Parts: sequence; structure tokens; C-alpha cells
Amino acid sequence: MVTATVTTIPRDRTAPDPAPRAARPYTGAHALCEALVREGVDLIFGYPGGAVIPLYDVLTDYPAIRHVLVRHEQWAAHAAEGYARATGKVGVCLATSGPGATNLVTGIADAMLDSTPLVAITGQVGIPMIGKDAFQEVDIIGVTLPITKHSFQIEDVADLPRVVAEAFHLASSGRPGPVLIDIPKSVLVAPTAPSAPPPVELPGYRPTKFGNMGQIKAAARLIAAAERPVVMAGHGIAISGAINEFRAFVERADLPVAFTLHGLGALPASHPNAIGYMGMHGHAHVNRAIDGCDLLINIGARFDDRATGRVDAFAPGATVIHVDIDPAEIGKNVKTAVPIVGDARHVLAALIEAVREQRRPEWHAAIAAWRVPPPPATFDPDERTISPFKLIAALRAATGGEAIFTADVGQHQMWAAQWGAYERPERWISSGGAGTMGFGLPAAIGAQLGHPEAEVWAIVGDGGVQMSLPELATIVQEGLPVKVAIFNNGYLGMVRQWQQLFHDRNYSHTPISSPDFVKLAEAYGIAGLRVSDPAQVHETIARARAIAGPVVIDFRINPEENVYPMVPPGGANSQMIEMEPDAVE
Amino acid sequence: MSVPGAKAGDVGQRAASARTLSVLVEDQPGVLNRVSSLLRRRRFNVESLNVGASEQPGLSRMTIALHADDAATEQAVKQLYKLLEVRKVTDLSDERFIGRELALVKVAASPETLAQLREIAELFGARVIDVAPRSVVIEAVGSEARIASLLEMVRPYGIREIARTGRVAITRGAGGGEG
Repeated sequence: MVTATVTTIPRDRTAPDPAPRAARPYTGAHALCEALVREGVDLIFGYPGGAVIPLYDVLTDYPAIRHVLVRHEQWAAHAAEGYARATGKVGVCLATSGPGATNLVTGIADAMLDSTPLVAITGQVGIPMIGKDAFQEVDIIGVTLPITKHSFQIEDVADLPRVVAEAFHLASSGRPGPVLIDIPKSVLVAPTAPSAPPPVELPGYRPTKFGNMGQIKAAARLIAAAERPVVMAGHGIAISGAINEFRAFVERADLPVAFTLHGLGALPASHPNAIGYMGMHGHAHVNRAIDGCDLLINIGARFDDRATGRVDAFAPGATVIHVDIDPAEIGKNVKTAVPIVGDARHVLAALIEAVREQRRPEWHAAIAAWRVPPPPATFDPDERTISPFKLIAALRAATGGEAIFTADVGQHQMWAAQWGAYERPERWISSGGAGTMGFGLPAAIGAQLGHPEAEVWAIVGDGGVQMSLPELATIVQEGLPVKVAIFNNGYLGMVRQWQQLFHDRNYSHTPISSPDFVKLAEAYGIAGLRVSDPAQVHETIARARAIAGPVVIDFRINPEENVYPMVPPGGANSQMIEMEPDAVE
Repeated sequence: MSVPGAKAGDVGQRAASARTLSVLVEDQPGVLNRVSSLLRRRRFNVESLNVGASEQPGLSRMTIALHADDAATEQAVKQLYKLLEVRKVTDLSDERFIGRELALVKVAASPETLAQLREIAELFGARVIDVAPRSVVIEAVGSEARIASLLEMVRPYGIREIARTGRVAITRGAGGGEG
């Protein structure tokens, strides 16, 4: 094992001030920066290019805004998402026209599917050039139409302050999501005068905050009468800042709580009412509880297919209460008896008043009896390879549940969801709806910038991390102490698992080679560690934590370890594969 | 605003049939694009989409004719409401409304058949609005069924060209308005 010295690359911010420049006319670029400052933006992830040079030229006049130079625009969008998810604030990413803008597309789609507040600013060719197939011209409004909550193309520089105010309002309110602002170069350079935006007034946009009291009372009656209720805790609880109300609600009615991927942490994992993770790779006892429940109370989740499995066999005996701020989610996938449209925090506040104090010892005991104990954080002396789920338990134990884990997509993500035991929602940041590989590393950058004091671990696979590797340079340039834990099994593991279980072990194009991650880390000026012996896992984690700067750890895990339980694709959640089929033979 | 407790699968669910949505939208660049993109992406089966000025300045009225069941219609309404430019969606399937379409039909004609075509047109309340040496243009306004019947009647003469507007619709009586 080699430990490299962390090289500090001087940041632009510490560079000497450039010579004072002559006073320049006030332009759209100034108006944009001022509008961003007005929205409280202190961080932008971006990448310069032709159409946004006038904006970058002005950006240095606004020291309140820190700009983080990424190495590819996609990771600017995901870093902004990581920042947004860690802080609850709107993440901002910036790209030039054409390829810069199209590189943001996956991040915008990811934010749409995970209801993450994001403002994406794209440069555009000047208005006289639009429609002429000009250099670096792409119709990014058209491209992103189905993956944005809303989008604007600014035609008149005078509209800039208003549009920015509306964009931030839209991104962060109601059901949050990505909003794109496309700004032609001619607008950025157009002379204008400083002006404050009018109050945001959008007659076509009035999200419902308070739930219908009749429905809330109907829900309370069902909760009082239910014998085997289960709460499905979704992302909406964290988004609306409702964790206190949620806890009070489930304690008062004594409800078992199952978590969706983004619901994890909505109630501390250590809370007695928290039963665990649900869905395709959910804990068996949790899926069993939902399968047997007579009342399902969905708060802020959209009945995603990875959570429900085959939808007609989901919670077959249950009456369904669905709380969602987006009316279109109600009845979309699952039949709902009591729909409550509203913000989770307001609805829960009303529900706390409406439900009565209850205890349900038999139901909790029944679920507890199904529970499989979590894996130990320790490794047995006879173990030859690192068990990845024990590795999650070891990372969780070492960090005491205080660290932020960001994850890529795949097996490591599911192990981290199953065994990360999150005490707060912002400690678990992952790409859910879109399932975007490469998300973990840039999300860790955003989370670390949002919480400079926090310990941030990017939990990544050897496949996903090779998509976003260049961002190691961003980590170094920005001086971020992110710890990167690579779960290296030499495969695109989740696809390999499907191939093993459902495609006769035809490992078509899933074996994947990797660079020497230790040398690579050193090349970036980052400490690199490697461990393949289970006996050295704890020591290696401790060494990494003792290093003040960033660290890359190449964990050589058991190559063909699978994620269990697993609901076969298209199957019902009651039909889980609970362990390795070979183990039964 | 609270959404009434519609339960998919309830007794009284109507199967897929012709539905009409009247949608009041802001006159903004790209609004037609947003609506059509949404309808395509969520696989709603659109039979026609018509847009024109409404009674209010700055707002246009779209008439969307769908082939959908109750659940899909409800989803279409809810999804349309998520578009910022959409002010009001009325599912006319639940109301008494008048739906009309304009069709211009060019039919082969000769001096011998001209009178017959005029007679057919009159039978359907339609008019011959252009006469050329070898064809006529018939202008017909009516329900889709009525226009279909007219087309059947003139088809033996040889239809050369058809241009149709798709359905526009309005509620009967005092109902409607932005509400």
C-alpha cells in the first residue's frame, strides 16, 4: 500500500486580484449574477464555453458566488444535485450552449425523476443566430422539454430578474424539480439597468399545501381501525422538512415504517418504529409486512415500480392512503382509497392532531419475528474475501452514522441502502428514479461543499466510478476531503447478477477492467489505499479517516457476491429470492 | 384545491371511448409543444388537437379529442395541470357539450354529377363553395359522425382531398368560463 502526498493546487480564489478594470457597462450578465445573489446562490457548478464567456467575465465581480469548475458538465448537474439533497437548497449548474448544454441532460433528467431542486443555466447562441444551425447551437429547450419542471428561454434582457426569481421559486416549491434557463449570448451582453424582480406571480402554478380536512379525518379513522398498518415513507418527508412531524405521527399511532430508497432516514434507522428498506432489494421482513398489511399509508412516495414490484400484487390486502403534493401521482400506479394532496409537513401536522394514541404490540412483534438480523461489522477469521454488505456495516460502524454516504447505482448502492442504517435523510444521497451510474462521486463533491464540516463518503462501484473519475481532479482543485470507497468486484455487478439469475450466467460484457486505482489516485495527488484482506478492512478505514484530505480506497470485494433479497424483475414483492439459489442445493 | 377521491377500478369506470378536453392555455411561445410533448410521452391516444383564440385576451383554448378510459382521462387532466401555462382543464365527457368539426372535401365532379353533389351537401347542411371543371369543394360543419356520413355519400364520386380541423367543443347552457 502506498500513500501519496496530497498536492494542493492553488485555487483561483486565492490568486492575486487582477488589475482593476475599467468600469464596464451593466449588462445581462451582471443582471443574472445579481439575480443569483438575490436568490442566495453562493455556489455554482459549471464549465465555461463560447456562449457564456460574457457571463464568466462578469462572474469574478461577484465574490459571493463560488464557482466550482467540473471536468464534464454532467457532473456539474449531479454535484448540484448532491448539494441540493444535502442542504435542501437549490443546486445550480451552468454550461455553455450546444454540447455543454446537452451534457447536462442526464443530470436534469435525474433531478426530474428524484424531485431535486435544480436550476440549470445554459448559454445559447445569440438571438439572431437561433434557428440557423449556428456553431454550438442546440435547441436545449426542446431537448429538455419532458425532463424539466419548466424551462425558460430569455428573449429580452429586461426579463432576466423576473425569470430567475420564477425559476428558483418553481425549482424549490411544490414538488421540486429542475428548471432550465436558456440565455442567448446577445442577452448576456445586452446593456440593461439594475432592477429588482416583481413578486413572483404564476397564475398557472398553485401547489396545494394543506390537505383536505375531510380526507385527513377519513385517514385517521382508517388508522385507528387498522390492525396491521404500515407506513411507506418516501422522499417527500425529507423534501418538506417534515422529519419531526413524521416522527411524532408514527409514534402517536405506533405505526411501523418502511422506507423507499429516498425515504431512508426520514425516521432514524435506530428508532423502534423503523422496520427497514422496502422494494426489489428491500429487507424480507419489510416486504412481508407490506404484503400482510391491512392499511398502507404512503407519505411522499410515488409508488415507483422498484418499490412496489408487480403492482397488482402489491399490498394486496391493504386499503391505501396516499399523501402527495403532486395530484398526478395519486391513482397513477396504485388504487387509492384516501387521497390527500398536500405538503407532507402540513398534512402530518394535521394528522398528528387527528389520530389517536395507540399501541400495536402484536403487529410489531409479528414483524420483529420475521426480521433477519443485520450483518455484523466484523469479519470472521476464515473469510477470504471482503463481504460487501459487511463492508457497508463496517463503514457505518466506523463513522458512527454521522457521515454522508453518496452512492452510485448498482449492487453497492443496494447494499448501502440495506445496511447503511441512516439516522437522517441527508446522510444518504443516491440516484433513484434515473439510476444514473457515475452519480456518487460528483454528488459527494456537492454534499461536501454543502457541509464542509461533514465526513463524506462516496460509495461507488468500479463501473460507475470509471464514468466520473475525472472529477477526482475537481476534488483536488477545490481541496475537498471526500473519501471514495470503490467496491471493486471486476464486474458491472448488478447486471452480472441479473445475467446469473435470469440469463443462464451469460456474462455478456459485464466483466470490466480497471486502472490501478491507487496509482491513479496518486496521479491526481490523492492518497490511495487498497485492501483485499477482510482482516485489514477496519484498519484501512481508520487510516483513511485519519488522512485530512481526500482518499481513494480500492476495496477488492467478493467478485460474485449478489444482492439479496431480490424480487425478480416483473415479480411480486412477496416472491423474493432471499438467498443464493446455489446455497439451497 | 383538493382532488376528489377518484378510485381507479371503481364501479362506474367507463371503458375507453372518445373524450373531449377543453384546455385554456396562456399564449406563450412553445405552449403547443409542451402540451403535445406531454401527450406523446405519456402515451395518450390523441385523435385531434385544435387550438385557437379564447374569449379572454392572452389565453387560447385547446380542444383535445382523446380515446381514453376514465383513469387515463383523469391522468391526462392532472398531467396537463402540471404545465405552467395551463390555466383550466375541463373534461367535457362529464358535461353537456357541443362538439363540431369543419371539413373541406374536394370531390371529383362533372357537369352531370354536380347537381347530385349539391343535393348531398344540402342534405348534410353543407355547401359547395368552389366549382372547377373537374371538381368541387364541399364545406361541412358538424359532428364527426355527420361528417363521416357525408364522406361515405360522396366517396363513390371520387374524393380527391380532405382537410379537417378536428373537434372544437363548447359546453351547453351557462356552464364553462375560466371558473
